[in-house]
Amino acid sequence: MTMDVMQLQRKFSEHQSALYREGFLDDQFTQLQKLQDESSPDFVIEVVTMYFDDSENLLNKMARVLEQNPVDYKQVDAHVHQYKGSSASIGAARVKNICATFRTFCEAQNLEGCVRCLQQLQHEYSLLKNNLQYLFRLQREIQAAGGKIPTLE
Amino acid sequence: MASGSAASSSSSCSNWVMENGDVPHVLAVDDNLIDRKLIEKLLRNSSCRVTTAENGPRALEFLGLASDKQNNLGTGSKVNLVITDYCMPGMTGYELLKKIKESAITKEVPVVIMSSENIPTRVNECMEKGAQMFIQKPLKQSDVKKLTCQLMNCKG
Repeated sequence: MTMDVMQLQRKFSEHQSALYREGFLDDQFTQLQKLQDESSPDFVIEVVTMYFDDSENLLNKMARVLEQNPVDYKQVDAHVHQYKGSSASIGAARVKNICATFRTFCEAQNLEGCVRCLQQLQHEYSLLKNNLQYLFRLQREIQAAGGKIPTLE
Repeated sequence: MASGSAASSSSSCSNWVMENGDVPHVLAVDDNLIDRKLIEKLLRNSSCRVTTAENGPRALEFLGLASDKQNNLGTGSKVNLVITDYCMPGMTGYELLKKIKESAITKEVPVVIMSSENIPTRVNECMEKGAQMFIQKPLKQSDVKKLTCQLMNCKG
C-alpha cells in the first residue's frame, strides 16, 4: 500500500516528536541531524548504525563479565562508561541514564543491581533500535518519493 | 621548518594564529569510534583538515614524539591544534597533554581536552599543565565553531 509524501512526512514528524517527548532522544540527536549535509547525506544513519554495533558489542561484554566468578566490577564499569559515552554522543537519553545508575551499582559491587541494570539496558536498547529503524525507514521512503525530511519544531 | 604563522613571535599563541587562507590541521584523539566520527565531522564542518588517532601513543607517533625515536625535528606532522578525550585506556588525555607540552617541538601547539565528566580538580590539573580549554562532551557544532574561531583569530 502506498502512502503519499505528506502522510509519510506527518508520520515521521509524529514519530520523531514522540521519541523526544518520551525521553528516548535528547538534543544531542538533533545536533547529529544538523551535521548531516550534502557531503554526508547519510551521516545520521551511519553514526547510529555504528552505535547499534557498539551497543551489541558492549552489552555482550557486560553480560560475559557479570557471568564470571568473581565479577570484575572495574571491567564492567569500564564497559558501562564506554556505553554511556556513546549513548550521550548520539542523544540516546534513556540508555545513557540507565548507564549512570549502572555505574553506581558497579562502584558498590552490587551484583543484583548490576544484573538488573543490564536487563534494563538490553530492553531500552532494543526499544530504541526498533524506534530508530522505523524512523529511518520512513526517512528513506520520503527521500525515495522526493520529499523533504521534516525537522524537529 | 615551521610554516605559516609567526614562528619568531614570542606570543604564547603563535601556533594558535593562522595565516589567512590556511586551513587548520587538527589532530583529534579519542578511543571511542563514534566520538571520533563525530569530532571529525564537526571539525570538517568548520573547514578544518582532520587527522584522527585512537589513542595517545598513536597521537604522539603522528606528532613525531614517539618514544623510540630520538631527535624528531621535521619528522612529525605539523598540526595547529590537538583535541583529545580525557578518559582513554593506557595513556590518558592528561598524560598526552603533558607529553605534548614537555617537548620543544610541540609545546606551542594548543591542546584542548574533552571529557564527559566536568570534575573541577580534573579541569584544574589540565589547565595547569597548559591545556587551552576544557570542553564537556558531547560536543556540539557551536563548541567547535568557537574553538576554530579562536584558532583563526588569536585574541591576544
